[in-house]
Amino acid sequence: MAIAHAGASDAPKAPEKKSKKFAYLLLAPGLLWLLIFFAFPLINLAETSTKTPAPTFETGEFVQTFRFMNFLEAFLDNQEQFYRSFFYALLATLLALAIAYPLAYAMAFRAGAWKNFLLILVIAPFFTSFLLRTLAWKQILGAEGPVVSALQTVGLMAPEGTITATAFSVIMGLTYNFLPFMTLPIYASLDRIDYRLLEASGDLYANGATTFRKVTLPLSMPGVVAGTLLTFIPASGDYINAQLLGNPDNYMIGNVINSRFFRVVDYPTAASLSFLLMASILVIVVIYIRRAGTDELV
Amino acid sequence: MTRWLSKNLIRIYAGLAIFYILLPIFYTITFSFNDADKRNIVWRGFTLDAWLNPCEPIGICEALGNSFKVGLTATFFATILGTMIAFALGRYNFKGRSTTNLLIFLPMATPEVVLGASLLSMFINMGVGSGLMTVIIAHIMFCISFVVVTVKARVASLDPKLEEAARDLYANEWETFRRVTLPLVAPGIAAAALLSFSLSFDDFIITNFNSGTVNTFPEYVWTASLRGVPPQANVIGTVMFVVALAAVFAGQVLGKRKQKK
Repeated sequence: MAIAHAGASDAPKAPEKKSKKFAYLLLAPGLLWLLIFFAFPLINLAETSTKTPAPTFETGEFVQTFRFMNFLEAFLDNQEQFYRSFFYALLATLLALAIAYPLAYAMAFRAGAWKNFLLILVIAPFFTSFLLRTLAWKQILGAEGPVVSALQTVGLMAPEGTITATAFSVIMGLTYNFLPFMTLPIYASLDRIDYRLLEASGDLYANGATTFRKVTLPLSMPGVVAGTLLTFIPASGDYINAQLLGNPDNYMIGNVINSRFFRVVDYPTAASLSFLLMASILVIVVIYIRRAGTDELV
Repeated sequence: MTRWLSKNLIRIYAGLAIFYILLPIFYTITFSFNDADKRNIVWRGFTLDAWLNPCEPIGICEALGNSFKVGLTATFFATILGTMIAFALGRYNFKGRSTTNLLIFLPMATPEVVLGASLLSMFINMGVGSGLMTVIIAHIMFCISFVVVTVKARVASLDPKLEEAARDLYANEWETFRRVTLPLVAPGIAAAALLSFSLSFDDFIITNFNSGTVNTFPEYVWTASLRGVPPQANVIGTVMFVVALAAVFAGQVLGKRKQKK
């Protein structure tokens, strides 16, 4: 080893070794924080998930009995909410994609001097509270709101009909709330495309549709993948939209976890459900990334 | 007419999408001026009452203060910790790189309910009481990943020749970092800090799990929504919106001026 590194090559190697140590120094505090307050709690959660109520039956007291049936029971008892969460999240993701892609395309290629202004409008929702915006939707779509009264005046809706407290308004709310997370990555990848590539495609007698299908769309795929993940993951765990815009028939798995924790004080079930949710999301994400063929995530 | 329509179809579509994005914000702002009854859902006439007495509803300004405390503290620490990791990832080759990447990515891929529930169950098991401190700890945790991603992109786009040039001009490592690298990465760090603050300020789910009896602004809004949100909440939402918008515009104008120089 020493011989191999002897001579001229020794000079640049030495500082690199020193800087490697420096790299670990840079990493240590942040990674330690993530280990203690992200990884360790997950282990803790796993531990909680197999506990059973203490023999004293005191609220909030549980003992470790390694009861793995907790997982199966938690799943079977809440199957409906599980499927519903993923179904709503999938629909919201598709809707957000349908809204965001043309919007991002227009911003990247058709906006001219308005580009930056439009970008600010797209991120504007970030500047007002997520809850206030969702409550505003409740107001807009609510029984006393403009949409319902307009539909009722035209006769398209029964007098006692509602839009809030339906699956529609929950999915609409999810779509709305995560729309910027879909738009921004797609815009970023479209904006990076060299316009000359599109011109070249035209020069080679490709029409607009072919150019889009063969050039623009493949080049924007990393943005689409990132955007769909950033929408699907938070949407499938959300409970705010279901609670504010839906009725108990629209409750998602997040609602169940939340109420198990706070209202029922059933930590093991809440923990089992959290684990199942996270595991299913990871499986879906891995399959999706494999299919979409991108590894660059972070 | 049809030709014009097909040519501008995508612009019209984009316009409708922007309308969809802005509609609830418009509602929030408008109803801050409502002469509201308890629920503030129906328009009953214009008034400046809520604007003149923003702290009137009990607990609202205290909650806002808590949100600022949490947001600023969490942003400060998350930005420092995240920027350090971003530099390590962008500049050095070391063992454990993929593990580091995974540890950064996973918190972003974990639903908030799970993050909140797992932290709370750890705090409960360890007998730590919930309060502002536990909220700040949680917020630093979920902000770090977003800072890393934002700053890393900036570090990766730096031209290494600039730093080489500084060293050629006899700047030592620290001088190179302070005079060349840091100013070049600074916009990325600023963007990351803004992102952290807005994520922290707006977070409800994780906060609600770990705050105990303390209230932040989103928690105030949530609790209030059960009986009726006072227009003062809309006032605060509007002010935040206008301030953030002004900050972004200022940032863009400054950025353009620098480019011209």
